[in-house]
Amino acid sequence: MLAFVIRRLAQAFFVVVAMVVLVFFGTYVIGDPVWMMVPGDATQEQVEEVRRTFGFDQPVYMQFLTFLGDVLRGEFGRSYVHGSSAIGLILDRMPATLELALAALILAIVIGIPLGLFAGLKPDHPVSRGIMAVSILGFSLPTFWVGLMLIMLFSVMLGWLPATGRGPVISILGIETSLFSLEGWRHLFLPALNLALLKISLVIRLTRSGAREASLQDYVKFARAKGLSPRRIIGVHILKNIMIPIVTVLGLEFGSLVAFSVVTETIFAWPGMGKLLLEAIQRLDRPLIVGYVMVVVLLFVTINLIVDILYSALDPRVRLTGSQS
Amino acid sequence: MAEPVLAVDNLATHFFTRDGVVKSVDGVSFTVAPGEVLGLVGESGSGKSVTGFSIMGLIDPPGRIVSGSIRLKGEELVGRTEAEMRAVRGRSLAMIFQDPMMTLNPVLRIDTQMMEAVHAHEKVSEKAARDRAVQALAQVGIPSPEERLSAYPHQFSGGMRQRVAIAIALIHRPALIIADEPTTALDVTIQSQILAEVQKLCAESGTALVWITHDLAVVAGLADRVAVMYAGRIVEQGRVDDVLDRPLHPYTHGLIGSVPGEAMPGKRLAQIPGSTPSLGRLPPGCAFEPRCSRAVEACRAGAPPLAEGPQGRAYRCINPVPAEEAA
Repeated sequence: MLAFVIRRLAQAFFVVVAMVVLVFFGTYVIGDPVWMMVPGDATQEQVEEVRRTFGFDQPVYMQFLTFLGDVLRGEFGRSYVHGSSAIGLILDRMPATLELALAALILAIVIGIPLGLFAGLKPDHPVSRGIMAVSILGFSLPTFWVGLMLIMLFSVMLGWLPATGRGPVISILGIETSLFSLEGWRHLFLPALNLALLKISLVIRLTRSGAREASLQDYVKFARAKGLSPRRIIGVHILKNIMIPIVTVLGLEFGSLVAFSVVTETIFAWPGMGKLLLEAIQRLDRPLIVGYVMVVVLLFVTINLIVDILYSALDPRVRLTGSQS
Repeated sequence: MAEPVLAVDNLATHFFTRDGVVKSVDGVSFTVAPGEVLGLVGESGSGKSVTGFSIMGLIDPPGRIVSGSIRLKGEELVGRTEAEMRAVRGRSLAMIFQDPMMTLNPVLRIDTQMMEAVHAHEKVSEKAARDRAVQALAQVGIPSPEERLSAYPHQFSGGMRQRVAIAIALIHRPALIIADEPTTALDVTIQSQILAEVQKLCAESGTALVWITHDLAVVAGLADRVAVMYAGRIVEQGRVDDVLDRPLHPYTHGLIGSVPGEAMPGKRLAQIPGSTPSLGRLPPGCAFEPRCSRAVEACRAGAPPLAEGPQGRAYRCINPVPAEEAA
């Protein structure tokens, strides 16, 4: 198990190194940020002055080495726009995004697995057909449109839930969160549902196909021949088998929930990282973009590692190969 | 004769598919006495497994028991609700499956799978259930059962897994076990070990056995009586020695002839030409008629009636194999 974790950590390290290189040169070729920083009527001298201050007069490899040095110290420079540390800005906004992604993930599991199980175990039931039809909508409707519709229905027409912003935050163990107040949940629900919609559909389809396959297996027939109750057969025998692909996919999807919360955060004016990124891209705020991408890369790498470990906890056959190596 | 453990009477299980009704089991009758071993023999698709699942009440839609009766220790099973069947399954009626690689849940430990079988029918403590599981494993010859109990199925060999499945089937000392080709997927050496083990355990506990197989050699060594199925019907049944020594139905005769050990070395093996008919489109007369070397005009007219002889001997053929050919 330990050897397995170390090997995976080494792989993760190389992924991060590769991403550092890609991110630097990727943003380098986007364009010269100086023109975004100086006023339109600036003189050549003023432009050169700004260029020197930020080190853009240096050759590319020097800039890259400076960048590497910063990265090693966990710094991505100061945001050109905000003037403060880029990583600081991102970390400030991260709890809001993580909160949103987590709530979306929970919704995906709580809604997706029961519906998927039902559709998988009773494939010919009219309700199952309904579930599958809705899940197709979940896949194909654009997130931003669904977000707007949710606001229209629940905030404008029914007036049940607030349309924008985040609820009051409380600091718990140094983390700012809105999860501990009713008002916080009221603000969180719509954006989380919006973000979760695609994942709910995904979980429904995964669970359904898994359940359909598992319910035909001999071990299910044998469990029935033992006289077990349907609840035990579905809840233990079938569910534990189909959790393996679901955990894998959901783990990987959690990264994308964080990374692609951009749209949802913009629509619901949710003060998270995604909104910050969008602003940074508009203003070519290089340190902020780089910082964001690096944070997301680290997040993905960490999640993958956790998924691998969880996977081996769920499937005993994986554990065996891990301990042998 | 004592009251039979199992009495199946005129059982019909049909599958209502889009391509029409498939009569997998159509008018099957047999009985099993306490402690008796009945070999249920036939080719793939002859309906022998469906018969087994019908007795267990494990026929899923589009399949359904359309008529007939299944009595276990005198009590009718057909028409019971799912909950009522669940109380019988695993308790007085157990089943062992063909592929031991597939019958145990790969992600649950052996102790979980054995203890849940105990708990399904008896309210006992965890400790008591565990003790029962250890006992059952020891009974089927698994060394150091306490340790093996916390292993996962993939850590066992095929033969060991089948022993675990047998241990689970025996855990409530059922009156009857239905064994659906439980040794087919195993090595020959393991196969004979398992056979001997099952024979011994059933004799000890007085458990009757319906042994579903296509292997006549297994039946010859294990069964007291044999029923030969073809296209959803029992075409011949009787005491195992009688049937194997003196087959009356041409199909039984052909089956026996197909066993390699029976042929002279160097000679071509006998075979039954053709394959089992599609159950959706059976010929109007005897289902075996198109493949039968002894078919006469009357065979095509209608299904042959059941002819009964002494000692439970019965067959469905109007032109049975004469004695001189059978030998």
